[in-house]
Amino acid sequence: MTMTHSETKAARISGIRLGYRFNIVGMVGLSIILCWALVAIFAPLIIPYPVGEIADLDYFGPMSRDFWLGSDYLGRDMLSRILMGARYTVGISLAAVTIACFSGVVLGMIAAVAGGWLDTLLSRFLDALNSIPSKLFGLVVVAAVGSSIPVLILTLSIIYIPGAYRFARALAVNINAMDFITVARIRGESTLYLIRSEILPNIIGPVLADLGIRFVFIVLLLSGLSFLGLGVQPPYADWGALVRENIGGLPFGAPAVMFPSLAIASLTISVNLLIDNLPQKIRDRSE
Amino acid sequence: MANLVEIRDLKVEATTDSGRRVEIIKGVSVDIADGEIVALIGESGSGKTTIALTLMGYARPGCRIAGGSVSVAGKDMMTLSEKQRARVRGTEVTYVPQSAAAAFNPAATIMDQVIEVTRIHGLMSPDEARARAVELFRALSLPEPETIGSRYPHQVSGGQLQRLSAAMALIGDPKLVIFDEPTTALDVTTQIEVLRAFKSVMKKGGIAGVYVSHDLAVVAQIADRIVVLKGGEVQEVGTTEEILSNAKHPYTRELLSAFEPKPREAADAAGTAPAPLLKIENLVAGYGPSQTDGLPLVRAVEDVSLKVEKGRNLGIIGESGCGKSTLARAIAGILPAAVGKIVFDGKELGRSARERTRDQLREMQIVFQYADTALNPAKSVEDILDRPLVFYHGMNAKARSVRIDELLDMVRLPRNLRHRRPAELSGGQKQRVNFARALAADPKLILCDEITSALDTVVAAAVIELLKELQRELGLSYIFISHDLSVVEAICDEIVVMYGGRKVEDITPAKVKAPHHPYSQLLFSSVPKLDPTWLDGLEQDPELVRAYCRR
Repeated sequence: MTMTHSETKAARISGIRLGYRFNIVGMVGLSIILCWALVAIFAPLIIPYPVGEIADLDYFGPMSRDFWLGSDYLGRDMLSRILMGARYTVGISLAAVTIACFSGVVLGMIAAVAGGWLDTLLSRFLDALNSIPSKLFGLVVVAAVGSSIPVLILTLSIIYIPGAYRFARALAVNINAMDFITVARIRGESTLYLIRSEILPNIIGPVLADLGIRFVFIVLLLSGLSFLGLGVQPPYADWGALVRENIGGLPFGAPAVMFPSLAIASLTISVNLLIDNLPQKIRDRSE
Repeated sequence: MANLVEIRDLKVEATTDSGRRVEIIKGVSVDIADGEIVALIGESGSGKTTIALTLMGYARPGCRIAGGSVSVAGKDMMTLSEKQRARVRGTEVTYVPQSAAAAFNPAATIMDQVIEVTRIHGLMSPDEARARAVELFRALSLPEPETIGSRYPHQVSGGQLQRLSAAMALIGDPKLVIFDEPTTALDVTTQIEVLRAFKSVMKKGGIAGVYVSHDLAVVAQIADRIVVLKGGEVQEVGTTEEILSNAKHPYTRELLSAFEPKPREAADAAGTAPAPLLKIENLVAGYGPSQTDGLPLVRAVEDVSLKVEKGRNLGIIGESGCGKSTLARAIAGILPAAVGKIVFDGKELGRSARERTRDQLREMQIVFQYADTALNPAKSVEDILDRPLVFYHGMNAKARSVRIDELLDMVRLPRNLRHRRPAELSGGQKQRVNFARALAADPKLILCDEITSALDTVVAAAVIELLKELQRELGLSYIFISHDLSVVEAICDEIVVMYGGRKVEDITPAKVKAPHHPYSQLLFSSVPKLDPTWLDGLEQDPELVRAYCRR
């Protein structure tokens, strides 16, 4: 019974007046993500040293007044590199996840509504795509075409389209079986109307949650590709590349290898915290 | 402690997502003596199931028992620990759920599930338990009591499954059994057998029972006393005879009067239109791949012909699985018919909805049984009613807004409801919105597929009244599909009885044409009456029952 009390209280404290309930964990996640987004936008203005400049005389330097997060294996300022790295990690992942989820969800809904041969064709094709290991696919494409930011974005989104498709299709098939879809069909509605106005509003919650998870996967895969040297090319580096460059500092406990890892962890964990605690609309309006 | 069950001043409350507290049960006191069956009756949301569950010391998630006491056989269920409660459940108090089909594990045999209770509580050896279960199967007049236990849940019928779930409840030798609407999902012909089995077992064992239902006629057959509930408060308590013959509380009278069928006044004979509005000839529809003769593998509707005159109503009745809903879907073009002609308003319609023009689609609307799934939960009432107006009539925003107000007035809903979503409406309100959407198209014919069967008696009666009024005002025709004879009699000029995909009889109630076909006779005699002696006095030809009931 005490639990009910504390829950009620917490809901009141964090309940915003807009009619949404947003708990404290979700807010923490959101603010960390916003911080990183701001950093990505304003990075060139706030970095203390240019990214490529070798500023420290020592390599794997410790944290100091001049170099807040120490220096890397060439003596470059880590803080500047991490701040600039946010642009690549956040930017590429965001673009890739948007493309992947948009195409996957739209295709999934079309397949669910249309059914028949179109559904079979799309599903089998994307299943086949799904069967290729993602890192291997990335390696092959980047090795064949060369690494550039558009190639990276497209490769990452193609890798994650089948998952988004499967997820959206599974949800849409359930909605498609409901009577209100039948009503809309015998009203004579088009497929576009069905997916946009009848199905999408009912699956948007889980789809957004899925988008969050997929964003995290993409950050990790991008970091993985960069770690293998196939991601963002030097002198620029995303966070995964920063870890790889400085992996030699691990035995010395150099901050240069810890902080990019922490940056990756903070972003991915806060995205997960946010999507697990998305603001919920309060349906009880009797008060 | 004279009584087996003593509920004193019970209060149950829930917390909503905005942190507001709602009292669901507001101080209810009920006593149940040994061997007595007490019915809790009331509309949905009246708290009848919530009270029944507190007898097991259980409150559904989000709810909590806020005050009062519930004592069963001298034990106060409030003060027991969770472990002690678990010991009481299944041995002293047991529960028969509404949907037995959902309560059985499809992957285990029936016998294993029935004797599970004895295993959990260590009551007897598995062999003894099996012998006892077979005894119970026999007492509940299940077919092949020796071997039915080795079947899986999908291999027995709905009525049998419901009796098997009673066997599961009875095997632990309980003092009190809670029946939560156990026959609501069954056909009337099946319901009789299940009620009889329950009644004889309970009487023989001298077991006390709580029977939760919204159907007064069913309750009248089985209960000794009736407790009428509304809004979490007791309205009236009395013996079954008292309540039925001498109800004091206005709400009880309302319940009783909702049950009285009001036969439809004979439509004016002068209104015989030259051509029928809808004419169906030799319709065949079904499921599965089509065979070499061009017919589907499973034919749910076989060779049905019927016609609907303008401004008159046709009722289609039959038990579940008789093909009545498939017929409606074939007429609406959702499931294209394999063979047959559908002539609507003088023109032959395409078999599939895709082949019909927008105007043809507009003039024939269908209203589904479950308003919960027929309304998009993500849209407001306004948006739901808005779409047909844009789609069929191309009205501008202002005209639409006016029309939505008119439609809400027509179905007797307050105008301020237009901003709500379906989840914020009651069952009856949802069904009205569902109906308003069909009206928005300005149809000539509305197919009503079991639209009242998910509603309570009082609400259903109100919806039927509404349909009649709208017919007078707008000159609509209805095809009314139902398994509930009293509903169909109340609104239809003609009744078609279906069995096994075929039309077996045409009846015109206005001409007091009694059913001739044996199945119709069986169906008509199976509808429970508000008379406590009806079940005991009912005699049906066993030959007929065997021929037509898949019990």
